[in-house]
Amino acid sequence: MNEYDSYHDRPVRPYVVTGGRARPSRNTIRPETLLVVADAERPLPVSASSEERALLRMCHRLLSLVEAAVHLGLPVSVVSVVASDLIDSGFLAARRMNVEGSQFGAGQEETPGRARPDRKFLQEVLDGLRKLR
Amino acid sequence: MVSASSGDRYLAGTVRRSAKILVVGPFGVGKTTLIGSVSEISPLQTEETMTVASMGIDDLAGLEEKSTTTVAMDFGRITLNQQVVLYLFGTPGQRRFWDLWEGLADGAIGALVIVDTRRLEGSFEVLDQLELRKDGLPFAVAVNVFPQERSYSTAELREALDLLPETPIVHCDARDPKSSVDALIALTSYALATEKGFA
Repeated sequence: MNEYDSYHDRPVRPYVVTGGRARPSRNTIRPETLLVVADAERPLPVSASSEERALLRMCHRLLSLVEAAVHLGLPVSVVSVVASDLIDSGFLAARRMNVEGSQFGAGQEETPGRARPDRKFLQEVLDGLRKLR
Repeated sequence: MVSASSGDRYLAGTVRRSAKILVVGPFGVGKTTLIGSVSEISPLQTEETMTVASMGIDDLAGLEEKSTTTVAMDFGRITLNQQVVLYLFGTPGQRRFWDLWEGLADGAIGALVIVDTRRLEGSFEVLDQLELRKDGLPFAVAVNVFPQERSYSTAELREALDLLPETPIVHCDARDPKSSVDALIALTSYALATEKGFA
């Protein structure tokens, strides 16, 4: 077995290693990003970190990243990194509206940058707020 | 307002998108009160560690030092309909916390600036920051009406705060859900009116 084979055989997959990184792998993850388990039947590898396990367990139903962080007692910045990795590896999905109603998961990316809500969405929020009065 | 039991931690499975409004202003101005009056969950608090420029005499000496501080951020949640949830984030408005905004302002509908007429000067920094932002984050001013307080007209306050003519300013009782919702409506209407180009 050469060193490359041994590398590929390592049980610890790259996405498990979050140590040292201050920023998530995707720049569209925000405190209000809605998270939910992508495939409840698919178990995490044995090498997954305790934070990954805890976050995935927390997100067995739909919850925002910031709420998950508070309930787990972890800083939002840490949960952003962990969530990002879990999305990249297909365990977690970040739900966000698109026209077809599908959610963003691994391999998909919403438009990054200084996104502002579009007019249609603003109108929907406004209508919702007016109903609360 | 909707008062959810502690068991309602999770969002309805039908929710497909989240919106966000920042609630900003100096400490003690009523940010947490406003968030609490409209939130369907008990307001939660997250603590973030951030690096800040130290203030005070070091600055005068030209020896700016950085240190880390913990910033508490309150937030609440309103499910607006089966598909949309709105998060409210309360953040301090002082200059040394502006870095924190960079991540928070992204994707936000806008900022609601809470003002206390007894301490108007406490709001100058945050208004400066919002007016100078390159990305043009929409903002509206909500004057939190405290009991036994002399009331000022919005025209007087607009002048005292040196607001642009188009910036919305409303009176608001942060303890009252309807009044707080009205302030959020004022901001969202303004954000909608300023959002051009996207149909």
